[in-house]
Amino acid sequence: MAALSRKWDPLFVLVLGSLVFSCKGDVLKTSNDRTESISATKIEESSPQAADLGDLRQSDEAESNEDRKAFTPPPPNDQFQEEMVIRPLYSGDIYASFQFRTQWDTDFLHDGKKVSHYRLFPKSLGQVLSKFSVRELHISFTQGYWRTMQWGQPFIPSPPGAELWVWFHHTVTDVDGNWKELTNVLSGIFCASLNFIDSTNTVEPSASFKPLGLGNATDHRFLRYATLPREIVCTENLTPWKKLLPCGSKAGLAVLMKSEKLFHSSFHSQAVHIRPVCKDWQCTSTAWELRQTLNVVFDLYTSGQGKKEWSLFKMFSRTLTEACPLASSSKIYVDVTDNPGGELFDLSPSSPLISTAVVLGDRRTYSVYDLTKKETFGQLRSLNLLLRWKGESDDMLRPPLHAERYVSGFGLQKGEIHTCLYNSHPYRAYPVLLLDSLPWYLRLYVHTLTVTSKTRENKPSYIHYQPSKDRLRPHLLEMLVQLPPHSVTEVTVQFERALLKWTEYTPDPNHGFYIGSSVISALVPSIVAMDTNSTRDRPLFSSFFPTKEESSYFMRVYTEPLLVNLPTPDFSMPYNVICLTCTVVAVGYGSFYNLLTRTFQVDEPSAPLAKRLANIIRRLRGVPLL
Amino acid sequence: MAAPLTLVLILSVTIRAVLFRSSLAELISERVEVVSPLNAWKRVVEGLALLDLGVSPYSGDVFHETPLVIYLFHFVVDYAEIVFMVSTFEFSGKYNLFIKQKYALEADRYPHDCLELMRSPKEMHYIPLKVAMFYLLNPFTILSCVAKSTCGLNNAVMALFILSTLKGSALLSAIFLALATYQSIYPLTLFAPGLLFLLQRLYIPVNPCRSRFWFFTVQYSVMFIGSLLVIVCLSFFLLGSWDFIPSVYGFILSVPDLTPNIGLFWYFFAEMFEHFRFFFICVFQINVFFYTIPLSVKLKEHPVFLIFMQIAIISIFKSYPTVGDIALYMAFLPVWSHLYRFLRNIFLVSCVLLACTALFPVLWHLWIYAGSANSNFYYAITLLFNVGQILLVSDYFYAYLRREHHLSQGLYLRRKDGSEATLVLK
Repeated sequence: MAALSRKWDPLFVLVLGSLVFSCKGDVLKTSNDRTESISATKIEESSPQAADLGDLRQSDEAESNEDRKAFTPPPPNDQFQEEMVIRPLYSGDIYASFQFRTQWDTDFLHDGKKVSHYRLFPKSLGQVLSKFSVRELHISFTQGYWRTMQWGQPFIPSPPGAELWVWFHHTVTDVDGNWKELTNVLSGIFCASLNFIDSTNTVEPSASFKPLGLGNATDHRFLRYATLPREIVCTENLTPWKKLLPCGSKAGLAVLMKSEKLFHSSFHSQAVHIRPVCKDWQCTSTAWELRQTLNVVFDLYTSGQGKKEWSLFKMFSRTLTEACPLASSSKIYVDVTDNPGGELFDLSPSSPLISTAVVLGDRRTYSVYDLTKKETFGQLRSLNLLLRWKGESDDMLRPPLHAERYVSGFGLQKGEIHTCLYNSHPYRAYPVLLLDSLPWYLRLYVHTLTVTSKTRENKPSYIHYQPSKDRLRPHLLEMLVQLPPHSVTEVTVQFERALLKWTEYTPDPNHGFYIGSSVISALVPSIVAMDTNSTRDRPLFSSFFPTKEESSYFMRVYTEPLLVNLPTPDFSMPYNVICLTCTVVAVGYGSFYNLLTRTFQVDEPSAPLAKRLANIIRRLRGVPLL
Repeated sequence: MAAPLTLVLILSVTIRAVLFRSSLAELISERVEVVSPLNAWKRVVEGLALLDLGVSPYSGDVFHETPLVIYLFHFVVDYAEIVFMVSTFEFSGKYNLFIKQKYALEADRYPHDCLELMRSPKEMHYIPLKVAMFYLLNPFTILSCVAKSTCGLNNAVMALFILSTLKGSALLSAIFLALATYQSIYPLTLFAPGLLFLLQRLYIPVNPCRSRFWFFTVQYSVMFIGSLLVIVCLSFFLLGSWDFIPSVYGFILSVPDLTPNIGLFWYFFAEMFEHFRFFFICVFQINVFFYTIPLSVKLKEHPVFLIFMQIAIISIFKSYPTVGDIALYMAFLPVWSHLYRFLRNIFLVSCVLLACTALFPVLWHLWIYAGSANSNFYYAITLLFNVGQILLVSDYFYAYLRREHHLSQGLYLRRKDGSEATLVLK
């Protein structure tokens, strides 16, 4: 039995790999047939939007681009949507997630022609995409760690620090060179230390990161993945990020992004995702999608004297007055799933629009506020959402998968990394892909790798291991582990801490070295049927990871980054060490030299001084010498 | 003779067996003094695991053994037994050293009063036993063996080289020298003493004008280079790539791994300024090989002592030394028991070496585990340990030269005026 299941394991890797993200036409067709019966996402909203928007856009162009009147106006081949989701968390915190989506119907990779007209799509990113032949680009900057057990799952997960992963176009010959230049350019665009990404922290994962957009590229030679766990995210990263928005921070949802409030939070994550997508559901033409997301968790419970209430003004010290004029849709969603009858909390002003969407394997209900409509803002011409709790909420549904990681052992010689994977599903077992990228100065011993679940050995069915090269390449460990239902699976591996050259340490060497998060990717069994049509009009937050099948959805979990101490030399005395060691070598050389070049001779002591003087006098006097 | 030898053998096997089964074995196998990145058993196991995963063991920077070793262990699981075998080999290697001493005794061209410098046949009789004891019961050897350090294998190959050289078998000597060189390039310097000894045994004078001298030298070099090529090509065919060359020899020569050990390299290159790094690596590596030339000139009549000197210099100045290397040259010390009367500071040196040996684990603990000391403490003790070794070796060298002087000049030297003379180096 065991042998049989092991036989099927490689096949499973392939199936999972192809299922996760690929966007093949035939799969798409079959799923389209089914959409009628599923109707997982149901959005009750008006359709006259499009006409409205057309007017808006034209009037806006007329106003702002008077000087460009001489040119023929380009056809409006791009559109912009903005959206905010507010989810009250069970811990009392508030989770606010912004998503801005710019879709651009151009294809500068296939056409080969140069694109010089940019409208909504930021030119700085467009040029980067075409210069480096980027197929997909995902970059995130995160401050703080997402606590899955307290907060549930985020809409778009991200590890602490900076994360960058890029799929290059398959025509690129020098991928490493492009990657190097790209990281430096992005470092300039986002004012971040991405220029510290080099070969020592870049890996090519074989299975964990598949393209999220069009195309089922599987050749991981065109993929580069790097994290900087120590990167600190602050205002200087937010400002360039805001500048990429068509409205900047002048109008629309972006007015809420005041850095003094955003960074006074438990968790802050901003990201940019660029990928090619289908323009329509038949996928006849493609478009570039730029998604800018910003996730923030406010701890209003403790700072608000234990009162569970929040408002837009309390969170952002701003209220909303208008949508971004360039946006084709601008909405705020508030998660009211747990409050069907209004007994748990009051939301004011209340909204007549209710939307349900299948998000992360669960059907959720949202109150929708459409900012493009005048009546949303009411008499005061400003929208300040306010929520007051009336009762106590019950326990949160445990997320089906979460993970934690720690280093065990003492001393500075060796250690052991433990990764615990929790499958909370009561009866379904599912496989997860675990990716670990460890820097070379933790010398990993892969023969000490053990995977145990329920006190029994759980042999990974697929292991991809790339050993490190000193000062050149990190370790890459990827494996496919089957998680039994309702269990904890512990993955341990031993390592040795290297002594580095004194110039290789960080400025505060005794603080320790940050080791990036492990990445756990899984297809998790879903409670309700997932919506498999990727082109239907759904809320942005529910449609980031494409879904291939109804019964499961894709989930990515990041573990904590580790802080590992290494033995340190004494930084104050390089001169002393050089002098002392050279002295010892010289002692060796000197004594051998002495013995090699000299010979033994009988020591004929010279006469004492007095005697010699006396002899000189005696010689002068002509008497016999002494 | 056979009975005490068996006794020593049984005793040493028992000690090792007990330690293998005790909880100390794991502790010992992770001591940086006992294992180095080159020969740690943990890294050999890692290399085997990588081979099983289908990854070349040389694609990473953990495994630095030669391909022959990994394929040897791929087939031989019971490693402990091997190490025992190795130790016995070692012992038998030393066993035959006394042939040389007999040879020395036969030459009775020395002045009459030097008789007390010569060793009695009885003393000679016990030298092999003493050598065996010194090697098998040396705590350094025991530690190295219990840690399953592959240093034991290298020592065995070296011992086989010495044995076959002393037996006068040029081919075997060349083959084992090639094997030892292949394992860790430093034994290349033993080529000179090996050649000198074989020449001496064949009564060929070391004279560049004689064709016989050149004939034999070329013959020996061809045998050595030929077997080295065969071994290297064999590893290439086993592995299918030349990856092992940079990973083994590049690793030994360029010292990228700065894991602390008892040598001089690790802290020096951890603290080195980057732009002087290459220069000092060259200086330090040339330092190991350079002594061969003057020593061969000076000791061309005494190749066995030259072998001892070379092994000692290698174990002091090599890039990743362990206590197993020290044990190898310490096993020679009983052979030079007749030099004791000329040693100047043997007491001091033995005290230094003993104290350092005790202080290594203490200061390591203070630095790595307790955090109450820093790296300088451990570094200081490695410095002292190396100074002690250098003094020991140079003291033996001094004593040897002095004995030679006395053998030719007579033991009790007189000045011109008839008073008792003192010898000085000039």
